[in-house]
Amino acid sequence: MNIRSDDFRIARRDLLKGTAALVVTVNLPPFLAAGAEAAAAALRTLDPAELDTWLAISGDGRVTGFWGKMDMGQGVDTAIAQIIAEEMDVDVGKITVVFGDSGTCADQGGASGSTGVRRSGVAFQAAAAEARLVLLEKASRELGAPLERLTVTDGTVSVLDDSAKSISYAELVGEQTFNASIEWNGKYGNDLSLTGRATPKDPADYSVVGTSVPRKDIAGKILATTDFLHDLKLPGMLHGRMLRPKVAGARVRSVDKESISDIPDVQVVVENDFVGVVAPNEWNAVRAAKKLQVEWDETDAGFPTTSDDLFSWIRNAEPGHSDVEHDEGDVDAGLETAARTITAEFEWPFQSHARMAPAASVADVRDGEATVWTDSQKPWDSGKGAALLLQEPVEDRRPRRGPFKMRSIWMPGPGSYGRSDAGDGAMDAVVLSDAVGKPVRLQWMRHEGHAWDPKGPASVITCRAGMNDAGKVVAYHYHIKGFSRADQNSRENAPGEVLAGHLLGHESTPEWRMSRPAESYQFPNKRYSWDALAPLRRQASPLRTAHFRDPYGPEVHFAAESFIDEIALATETDPLEFRLKHVADERDAAVLRAAAELADWQPRIRPRRERHRNGNYVGTGIAYAQRNGSVNAVVAEVEVNSKTGRVWVRRMWVGSDHGLVVNPFTLERTIEGNLMQATSRTLFEEVKFDRKMVKTDDWNSYPILESVDAPLEINITHINRPELGPRGAGEPTTRVMPAAIANALFDATGVRLRRVPFTPERVKAALHDS
Amino acid sequence: MDRKFTINVDGRDHTITADPAMPLLYALRNELGKKGPRFGCGLAQCGTCTVIQDGVAIRSCVMPVAAATGRIRTLDALGTPDNPHPVQKAFIAEEAGQCEYCMSGWIMTTVAMLEENPDRSDAEIREYLKGLKCRCATQMSILRGVKRAVEEMK
Repeated sequence: MNIRSDDFRIARRDLLKGTAALVVTVNLPPFLAAGAEAAAAALRTLDPAELDTWLAISGDGRVTGFWGKMDMGQGVDTAIAQIIAEEMDVDVGKITVVFGDSGTCADQGGASGSTGVRRSGVAFQAAAAEARLVLLEKASRELGAPLERLTVTDGTVSVLDDSAKSISYAELVGEQTFNASIEWNGKYGNDLSLTGRATPKDPADYSVVGTSVPRKDIAGKILATTDFLHDLKLPGMLHGRMLRPKVAGARVRSVDKESISDIPDVQVVVENDFVGVVAPNEWNAVRAAKKLQVEWDETDAGFPTTSDDLFSWIRNAEPGHSDVEHDEGDVDAGLETAARTITAEFEWPFQSHARMAPAASVADVRDGEATVWTDSQKPWDSGKGAALLLQEPVEDRRPRRGPFKMRSIWMPGPGSYGRSDAGDGAMDAVVLSDAVGKPVRLQWMRHEGHAWDPKGPASVITCRAGMNDAGKVVAYHYHIKGFSRADQNSRENAPGEVLAGHLLGHESTPEWRMSRPAESYQFPNKRYSWDALAPLRRQASPLRTAHFRDPYGPEVHFAAESFIDEIALATETDPLEFRLKHVADERDAAVLRAAAELADWQPRIRPRRERHRNGNYVGTGIAYAQRNGSVNAVVAEVEVNSKTGRVWVRRMWVGSDHGLVVNPFTLERTIEGNLMQATSRTLFEEVKFDRKMVKTDDWNSYPILESVDAPLEINITHINRPELGPRGAGEPTTRVMPAAIANALFDATGVRLRRVPFTPERVKAALHDS
Repeated sequence: MDRKFTINVDGRDHTITADPAMPLLYALRNELGKKGPRFGCGLAQCGTCTVIQDGVAIRSCVMPVAAATGRIRTLDALGTPDNPHPVQKAFIAEEAGQCEYCMSGWIMTTVAMLEENPDRSDAEIREYLKGLKCRCATQMSILRGVKRAVEEMK
């Protein structure tokens, strides 16, 4: 993609309107919306209390939704289009959903916490229903007929029993604004909600929501006609690459710019410990970053432990913060008086987001105005963080630049599953562009993508249960000790939340955030508690933690749901039966039954150790968990090669309840991606590090699941609950997979693995020891 | 020292001046404006940069431009919106993949595999596509796409 510099100049007319809402008039860059949509958009405001912020109708009757969240390939924008089409009674093919541009879309929090449909979809439901009502009211005046005699078919309002009288949405407001307000709760981000005068449709009347509308983006991406972020070319744009120390946290002592004098046109950017190179030719930037000689001060660098000793280090470490999240009855007394107690410890390593491509971004920083193109899930936050970074001085190292107007624009990139390196890359590009006064396209190299991206936290989880003489559970204690899941905020909205900020001298501000199981087991005495550890390095750490798909979900439920099977074994109860006996929530029982039925679950009270005809062990295991109103159960079938130790998850059967199903086809694919990515994390993924640096810095040292590891089949039963509304599907099926595999492995071999990943070496060793 | 090279890409000769060690991928993207092959690792470990050279799927991120002889084909010219390649058609129908960033790897490798021998079993397909990465973990929909293409190309 090539864009001329005058195409993206932003015309801003800041007005104070009404109470204090900032109204911004913008022109859309032509690549975001062509023709009619651009014209309509130019008339829009970004005040969430104005209907025009959310929807525009073009002269030919097409509808554009301006969405403050993101889709990264799960088809969430398609779901939003379906909701708009449903509530407005417009063919879904006429709906365009524009998203990810802070200049045109109000901030609804970006991609975050599986809230795309659950929160923003509900806001759009209100906005679209309100738009339909406003249009009907206009039509009522135009046609001289009362509201109750009007009907809408594909964007045309007509009078019942008098079809000669009709008027289209385009004729009513095409190319114009609605000039109507909608009640806004005053919040931005995930919590933004809208309430209209109109009542949204009864789910029983849905004709578009609940159907498998195809993803709109896919053809362009498969035909290579769609521009990804990486294809963006600005006039005068330079290519940037970063330099990283060999030891975590090393400081820059000196930079020998002469060492790359033979590579043409390279500029070196050094600010505090931030070192990068830029060049007009990308390959020259790559070569220069490799060759540039930097002397690093390693006096205060490295880690206090290694991945080999990590779990004993965690056990012995002094907690930075502790809490009891839930304490029901008297757990201590229950355990003390129990006829029998069992205890198990579960270990989960640091894991890498490891996106398909390492971080990239294009930034154009000018005087007082800057634009950043990013594939971050939270472009609004990338923009806010960048503005603060440009404005705020760091001691004497960066002069104060005064207020900056930022615009951040999302473009497609490699999949992102939380606070990945995307947010760090955006800020690197901003710093480089600011330094050289030209637009810069920054890209990390693979070793940075693996070694320097934010990590999922490592933990040791201890579970204890006490049983009475009758085998009834009388006490249960879940305790997690590990690193907080938020050394970095999930939003890159401040300089201290990004790697570049640390390198420039901004203080990191880690938070204490842990997690607990989400289930409905009824045990008389029950406690969830936690110890959170401070980061192994506070500043510029390649092991800094941040949200990674279903933050702490897979770790917590690996332990909790493996342990439920251990209790079932100890009480000689079938694992499915044990769960059904103890869950209190009927939705939980329903997904368990649905998964078990699909899998043709065979009750067992001890491992069956069955052999496949090829000599490998086979077995099945079950696990279930809730998440923010969704609940899922999965049965996994594994095949274990006792000679090689290879674990293959052959089949998965899922009982899925995500509330209202908006699009069954895309939901199914989203669930598959969750299950498979979680399988990858369970079987293969572990960040290794020594006292100096993260050592897993490519796909060979950090392997993930491949085509040969894919199951033969995944079968899903959807329990559709329209009355609950959509509940979010981006993450909930990630957390059920690890324990299902562990439980299946136990059924197959009689060996209980409590440490992830289940690598062939570990499985082989465990089988040998048993 | 930069040198002049003529590379044949998607049926056309292109003359470029570059460092002989520069990987073909950079020439394809920056000199020729191709969008299909993308940077993923620069180490031939993920397949995101895959192109077909004389019928063989290769990793353009590690092939020096000096070695880029023969006929190179990229995802960009495999099919058009009006006339997609059968593999593209099958992938679109199955909504294979999620973010789609890695699609050059899966599609071009599948094309090379099926041009070599169109009759492929499930086990052969899985084995042939080994080494390709998809971090969205969408191998199920990709495999459905490949199998649909196999059926439709029979």
